[in-house]
Amino acid sequence: MIALRGVTKRFGDEVVLAGFDLDLDPGALTAVMGPNGSGKTTLGRLLLGLERPDAGTIVGLEGRRRAAVFQEDRLCEQLTAVGNVRLVLDRTVPTSVVIDELRRVGLDDESLDKPVRELSGGQRRRVAIVRALIAPAELIILDEPFTGLDVEAKSAVMAHVRERCAGRTTVLITHDRAEAEWFGARVVDLTRSVGAEPSGPDRHG
Amino acid sequence: MTTSTTAAEAATGSGWRKVARPLLVLGFWLGVWQVATVAVHQDLLLVSPRAVLVRLTELVVTGDFWSTVWYSFARIVAGFLLAAVAGALGAALASASRVVDALATPLVAAIRSTPVVSFIILVLMWADSSRLATIISFTMVVPVIYTNVLDGIRHRDRSLLEVSTVFGVPLLRRLSAIDVPAVLPFFIAACKIGIGLAWKSGIAAEVIGLPRGSIGERLYQAKIFLSTADLFAWTVVIIALSFAVERLVLAALARMQARLADGAAS
Repeated sequence: MIALRGVTKRFGDEVVLAGFDLDLDPGALTAVMGPNGSGKTTLGRLLLGLERPDAGTIVGLEGRRRAAVFQEDRLCEQLTAVGNVRLVLDRTVPTSVVIDELRRVGLDDESLDKPVRELSGGQRRRVAIVRALIAPAELIILDEPFTGLDVEAKSAVMAHVRERCAGRTTVLITHDRAEAEWFGARVVDLTRSVGAEPSGPDRHG
Repeated sequence: MTTSTTAAEAATGSGWRKVARPLLVLGFWLGVWQVATVAVHQDLLLVSPRAVLVRLTELVVTGDFWSTVWYSFARIVAGFLLAAVAGALGAALASASRVVDALATPLVAAIRSTPVVSFIILVLMWADSSRLATIISFTMVVPVIYTNVLDGIRHRDRSLLEVSTVFGVPLLRRLSAIDVPAVLPFFIAACKIGIGLAWKSGIAAEVIGLPRGSIGERLYQAKIFLSTADLFAWTVVIIALSFAVERLVLAALARMQARLADGAAS
């Protein structure tokens, strides 16, 4: 079980999270919602170990392998789609597995051989998603993962995400309530935590 | 058909321009040199391009010429290569340790501002003149490589470094996919400056320290014997060597860059 207890995070004078409590259900997908500036991405970064809380504790992260789709694609521009995905994998994973995964989210053979800087925004997004889903992680953070995908691609990719995240603790950060409902996820709404409401937002969900 | 013909013509045209343009530029400056020679009309002050060419052809057929070239080439290139390695390693250490950075910054600034002759005289007190060119070219190039590589390390994409942290990318793989591609353009820029600097400072050191059998010694003899043709001929040799080394090093680095771009991590 991953749990946040009384977590406070400030950036300068701005308090982004204050006395925040949250329990993540093991093996389940939790959706985190809220307006801009409510601390959704900061929460994701705390769970990824990229930020430290100014106060409070986060338990259950030790030794847990993590993966993420960030708000930006964050790909190595000079590498191909396959190269970007293989970067985070054990050498023993065959390239054919990576290629199959990329094809399943709609990348054609031609786009597999190109450096990702030559791919479209939607194709790049799918590479970033496959990289997170294929990584051997026990905690997956998906921060607005479907941004930039057209409607058709989005539904196919969402189905793929649901399949690959099954049984793994996943946090979906989104603006879109319909996305959260589609996944049948427990929703944690950060709206009321803006301005440091000490009660845990998971109680609002 | 029309398209391919046009493309072929364009390719031929661009190939022709690639060869013709530098030749025309070279021709122009040789012309200016020739006109200046006629105007000055004193071989002691300014020899003609033809006289230099004649002297060069006399020199290159002697064994002494090649042993002199090798003597200076080996020492100056060794100094440059050692500086490239030491500068890059120093920058990597400084980026990892604030103490190293704090200690190295004033040292690098001091080396940059110190006249090369001060170092040459100091080295001559400590070491024998056969090592002079290597030590001086090393000393002059290290700060250039160090500063540029450190700049490159500090300009790495932080968001990609976070990706490697989150996914636990192994160090060597991170180096080849994230760090080296980010730092390499800075290193290449430093090498472009550093190679010229190595030759200039190395030869200056030889002219002062006069190691036996070096290009610097030949330049000094040209001065003593008032042989302007020799001075110009050896200067042309130095320029050609510096140019050749620069081409070789940059070609090797471009190849490395292309290999990384091809997806070394895949």
